[in-house]
Amino acid sequence: MSDAVESIPRTDDSTLRTEEMTLNMGPQHPSTHGVLRFVIRADGEVMREAVPDVGYLHRSIEKIAEKVGYHGFMPYTDRVDYVCAMFTNQGWGMACEKLGNIEVPRRGEYCRVIAAEFNRIASHLLTVGLMGMDIGAMTPFLHALREREMINDLIEELCGARLTFNYMRIGGVAWDLPPGWREKALAYLDHLEPILEEYNALFSYNQICVQRLANVAPISAEEAINYNLVGPNLRASGVKWDVRKDMPYSAYRDFDFDVPVGRGQWGTVGDSMDRYMMRIYEMRESAKILRQALTNMPDGPVLAKVVRNFRPPAGECQVRVESARGDQGWYVVSDGTGYPWRVHVRTGSFAAMGMIQKLSRGLMIADLVVLIASLDVIAPEIDR
Amino acid sequence: MEPLKIYERLKERYPDAVLETSEKKPDPFAVIDPAALLEVCRHLHGDPELAMDCLSNETGVDFKDRIEVVYHLFSYRHRHGAVLKVRLPRDAPRVASVEGIWKSANWMEREIFDLLGVNFNGHSDLRRILMPEDWPGHPLRKDFVEPQEYHGIATVRESPIVRLDEHRKK
Repeated sequence: MSDAVESIPRTDDSTLRTEEMTLNMGPQHPSTHGVLRFVIRADGEVMREAVPDVGYLHRSIEKIAEKVGYHGFMPYTDRVDYVCAMFTNQGWGMACEKLGNIEVPRRGEYCRVIAAEFNRIASHLLTVGLMGMDIGAMTPFLHALREREMINDLIEELCGARLTFNYMRIGGVAWDLPPGWREKALAYLDHLEPILEEYNALFSYNQICVQRLANVAPISAEEAINYNLVGPNLRASGVKWDVRKDMPYSAYRDFDFDVPVGRGQWGTVGDSMDRYMMRIYEMRESAKILRQALTNMPDGPVLAKVVRNFRPPAGECQVRVESARGDQGWYVVSDGTGYPWRVHVRTGSFAAMGMIQKLSRGLMIADLVVLIASLDVIAPEIDR
Repeated sequence: MEPLKIYERLKERYPDAVLETSEKKPDPFAVIDPAALLEVCRHLHGDPELAMDCLSNETGVDFKDRIEVVYHLFSYRHRHGAVLKVRLPRDAPRVASVEGIWKSANWMEREIFDLLGVNFNGHSDLRRILMPEDWPGHPLRKDFVEPQEYHGIATVRESPIVRLDEHRKK
């Protein structure tokens, strides 16, 4: 504890005693990003340990996959991570395409990239806004959701849904861009880029925000890799790894963009502030990709011809997609019938959640909320 | 390094432990003797030329006659990966935990224990993770039958619409 507490004189016959408290946080706590529960053992404000208890959102999606067939599972993938459902769509599509050896038309790949990158911006906007709300600032949340709603409008025009998109299909995407959509999308990007600067001025570089986030729960690069952190959380710790860049899939080979990494200019490398800023940087990079994709779109079909009764040959594969919450691994085993034998999704939030117990030791209770928000864990992605 | 080359190297070093390597469809994998799993994993993690510093995925598959635990390893240093498998008997699946090498195995092994009923020797905290503590059975087993109720809450309800349809058929 601090020196101030140490210096309070204590009498020998004090009847005051200290005792370890066990606190229950959640499952319906506003700052737990879904239905999560923590059992916290705390000494005053300082935690001995926070033990996560997950499973409240378990819908057995992997078991459902074994029952509904390849095409039928696509809408269910939306529910794996409903904040960035385009990536789960894409992961499932890519796994099936790899198993069935299907080539997606170029324009289909571009549509996928555009939809996914817009979804990444929407997801990061939510993360940025929630970070504000979790540390007690309501305004950034409202600002971020305002911009996110515009993306929801765009995506709604694209596929008819605002959250659970079901936009992609095995072999491409369901619909081409509607007329006039490209111009609207470019206008949105013109709007977004200055707004990000405004967010930074309003919130990110705000003294209160920096002091709440800097030096909180830093994660070293070795630890991050050992605990299998992925995506922005891994890059915040200084590991330059992005599946889009290092194992390019879809059309990402065509675009020029940077992979930002945490440098720790506010405190330590890999602290909560680095993890938070990673989202701001990545939105800029996504906007860069989107501009290139929207201006250089090739013509042609968007969906390959895939038989309705899709039966990939027996075998197994894993594909990796860089979702907003990091490297998402889809492991699919096929036995040659119309139903997958086994489907497993390795998600970023699952690994991040598994690390919280270790990171929580010695942290303040208020900082646990910051830690959860900075790791950007989303409960449905943990439980599936 | 290509996965097949990694398996060849492993086979040279551990001729008895690598039971089978597969070329197949589309991802190749190596089947390891469960008794030698820990030793092979330590080698993969420690050898500077392989340096598998990340266990990116661990999961289980029920094949009706056996249960397979699948390890997707990855090296951030060399940017290559490998897939290992162990085959376990279905009635009492038990294998060594790799939590001591890769911390990320902790939760993933808990999930496999929960959903497929595989026991991991030496795991620090092996308990159910997604299902309730008192849930009977392991849902991802192929012969799992969903119980009709859980603590007095019915898991299956008859649909009144289907009943009406049947009425119409008559």
